[in-house]
Amino acid sequence: MSHHIVKFENVTFKYPDGTEALKGINLLITHGESVGIVGANGSGKTTLLMHLNGYLIPTTGIINIGDIILNKKTRLEIRKKVGVVFQNPDDQLFMPTVYEDVAFGPINMGFDERNVEIKVKSALEIVGCYDLKDKPPHHLSGGQKRAVAIASVIAMEPDILAMDEPSSNLDPKSRRSLINLLKSFSHTKIIASHDLDMILDVCNRCIVIKEGVIVADGPSEVILSNEKLLEENNLELPLSLQKR
Amino acid sequence: MHMADALISPSVGVGFWALSVGGIAYSAKKLKEQMDDKIVPLMGILGAFVFAAQMINFTIPATGSSGHLGGGMLLSILLGPYAGFIVMASILTIQALFFADGGLLALGCNIWNLGFYTSFIAYPLIYKQITKNGKYHFIASLISVVVGLQLGAFSVVLQTFFSGISELPFKTFVMLMQPIHLAIGIVEGIVTAAIIKYVYTIKPEILLTSIPIEKKMKNDTSIKKLILMFAVLTVITGGLLSWFASSNPDGLEWSIEKVYGKPELPEKDSGIVNVLKNIQEKLAILPDYTFKKLEKKEEASEIEKYPNIDIGTSVSGILGALVVLLVAFGTGYIIKTVKRRG
Amino acid sequence: MRFDEEFFNLGYIDRLSYKETFIHNIDARVKLVIVILYIISVISYSKYTVSSLFPFLLIPVLFMTLGEIPVKFVLKRLVVVSPFIFFIAIFNPLLERNIAFYIYGIPINYGTISFISIIIKFVLTVSIIIILVATTSFAGLCYALRYFKIPEIFVNQLLFLYRYIFVLTEEAMRMIRARDMRSFGKKGTELNFYTKLAGSLLVRSINRAERIYYAMLSRGFNGTMPYNRKREANIKDFIFLFAMLLILFFFRFFDPVNIVGKFIERII
Ligand SMILES: Nc1ncnc2c1ncn2[C@@H]1O[C@H](COP(=O)(O)OP(=O)(O)OP(=O)(O)O)[C@@H](O)[C@H]1O
Ligand SMILES: [Mg+2]
Repeated sequence: MSHHIVKFENVTFKYPDGTEALKGINLLITHGESVGIVGANGSGKTTLLMHLNGYLIPTTGIINIGDIILNKKTRLEIRKKVGVVFQNPDDQLFMPTVYEDVAFGPINMGFDERNVEIKVKSALEIVGCYDLKDKPPHHLSGGQKRAVAIASVIAMEPDILAMDEPSSNLDPKSRRSLINLLKSFSHTKIIASHDLDMILDVCNRCIVIKEGVIVADGPSEVILSNEKLLEENNLELPLSLQKR
Repeated sequence: MHMADALISPSVGVGFWALSVGGIAYSAKKLKEQMDDKIVPLMGILGAFVFAAQMINFTIPATGSSGHLGGGMLLSILLGPYAGFIVMASILTIQALFFADGGLLALGCNIWNLGFYTSFIAYPLIYKQITKNGKYHFIASLISVVVGLQLGAFSVVLQTFFSGISELPFKTFVMLMQPIHLAIGIVEGIVTAAIIKYVYTIKPEILLTSIPIEKKMKNDTSIKKLILMFAVLTVITGGLLSWFASSNPDGLEWSIEKVYGKPELPEKDSGIVNVLKNIQEKLAILPDYTFKKLEKKEEASEIEKYPNIDIGTSVSGILGALVVLLVAFGTGYIIKTVKRRG
Repeated sequence: MRFDEEFFNLGYIDRLSYKETFIHNIDARVKLVIVILYIISVISYSKYTVSSLFPFLLIPVLFMTLGEIPVKFVLKRLVVVSPFIFFIAIFNPLLERNIAFYIYGIPINYGTISFISIIIKFVLTVSIIIILVATTSFAGLCYALRYFKIPEIFVNQLLFLYRYIFVLTEEAMRMIRARDMRSFGKKGTELNFYTKLAGSLLVRSINRAERIYYAMLSRGFNGTMPYNRKREANIKDFIFLFAMLLILFFFRFFDPVNIVGKFIERII
């Protein structure tokens, strides 16, 4: 039994068109950690997250998730452990109603109707959207969509929760409730974002990626107060750390 | 050129419903056999794309009038004929429901007119043939869109004509519909080709990697089989025509007259014909044919004697056969459903 | 602009379908059956039928009132859809000139009668469809289709399409607005612009399909879509169905207009 839930060893990835998006990533994330991933546009954050449940398979290098080595055969197994919330909730909510969307995962996992109902209910209650269960996704606000997208992933009870830009397009209040929600999760969390204040608030560890390489890794307060490092990566000090 | 409920007779409506449902079921079966899971969301999104693209108007050069994309050929090129047909059918269904474009009963006709000819005639027999060597995509899509639309437009004429609601003479209607749709087809063909070309220039890999292109047209034979099947069915129905027409001396009368040269066919009292006739009368499902008896009092029966129609004998024979094919399909379908219920 | 209008119409009818009224709560299967039988009944009248069609107006009116659908909305749709049918039907009075009868010395020809008949049928069949969609959730309709054995792939396709129509039309609208902003007048609607616009929308759409596919995979997608809506029809649904069938049957075979007419005649 290892506590090393996620392990990247020299991972590189090349898109079919030749773009080298990851160039040798080494990474170790242990159980219960919450890790922020920051970096400029195009630095490779999304690409990295796409590896976590095997949408992308490394061109070279090894990814080990919960003691399973990621490859084409194991990725189904790994998808049960890692839930990924994508950048755009419209891409994530593809079923006609909120209820059915959240139920999609549990049904595919083979639960019977009663258990599906229990899981859907609890997931929607966690994100505070149970009242919306009969609505179609296109009647939801941006914040509600995001919350439901998260519910649809946590209904599958993953060990690891990975999120791409969870706070983009949210108004301050929805963003605040999202942050509180994330803080309440005991899952291992991996969050890619440009919202450094949120990372500072939610994650105790922070990783900076630049052009497919990890250039810094350490406690969030340390990394996110390093003005020079941030500037080099098209980032700015979190508002809460800026002196007025 | 959406057909409308108010312009068709129930038998034409039900008949084409049966044909379209049959086409959908067949395509669904084919898709299931050769399906890459990936095509499920892709079909949905491309449907929504065509839907959105249809809503945008553009100015047709040199005329100042506006046109819009039909999308059937684009879908077939991107998804293959089976998925293309299903997606087109779904778009037409949503339009029939949300925009009341056409109507529910006419939906079968519309799916057939705008989906079948493009996906199962123009695409495999023209587009695929011309682009065999991976060249001439532009001209191929232009020609196949034009042909698909011409067939569709002609189909509209046939359906209208056989429904007998409109007084437009066959010839006039043809002369009206075909040239208009030639113009529309050329514009749409150019747009279709241009869109494909544009995507190809900015993101060639999309057409190569994102779309399960390889899988979709592996066995051309199944399409040929499909076409053959419909052809055979049409011929068989020619035979069915006799008993059917003799028990239903109404709308079909004139065309039979043209074919056989006398108003009624010799009544054959052989067992099987009678049985079929009885069944058909008992079920009384195609209102057009059976309800008629109830409204003898109306002036209609007198009027229908002078159909002011004038076309060649051979054409009318085939057309007659076609309509009965549709009716037979409809009857079969309904009998099956009734049985399953009971 | 046409696009905006259609887009908003789509949204509006969609909103209507989520109301909670007696009609909205009737099982979608029941409504679908009634509407199809209704259309077939209307269409099955001969082309010179006018008066016998009138009773059928009652049903859309009933649905519309019970379902709280604004009349204005339905009328507007009727006007928007009518050109093609009008174009075809208008030939009838021109081509079939045999006089049927005289009204106060004014000759009425058969073509005119059939023209009027077509228009009435059109109004009836189109309005009942609009009302059906405005009083039934689209998902409900799809489950009804599934229940009637329409192939699963097709029904899934409808649900998917419906889900993403809103997303993509919105995306298209944003692109059009950007186009209009930069095109001062008519230049922006030219074919070239259209091709680029549609082309890039297509590229985005294909990319989106890919992302959706990922999202589906991450939740265990294995080729089938688990829509689990099993609604049991209740007594109310059956009573409604039965009542409507009776009414339809009566309208279709007993010609209430005629009965009423004769009755009045006798009184006079
Ligand atoms: N499907 C693809 N095909 C080819 N190249 C791609 C693809 N997706 C991303 N890339 C490239 O890979 C690199 C990393 O992209 P990625 O999306 O991972 O960046 P990101 O850090 O998530 O950026 P952002 O902050 O904008 O979301 C970029 O150079 C991008 O252009
Ligand atoms: Mg990204």
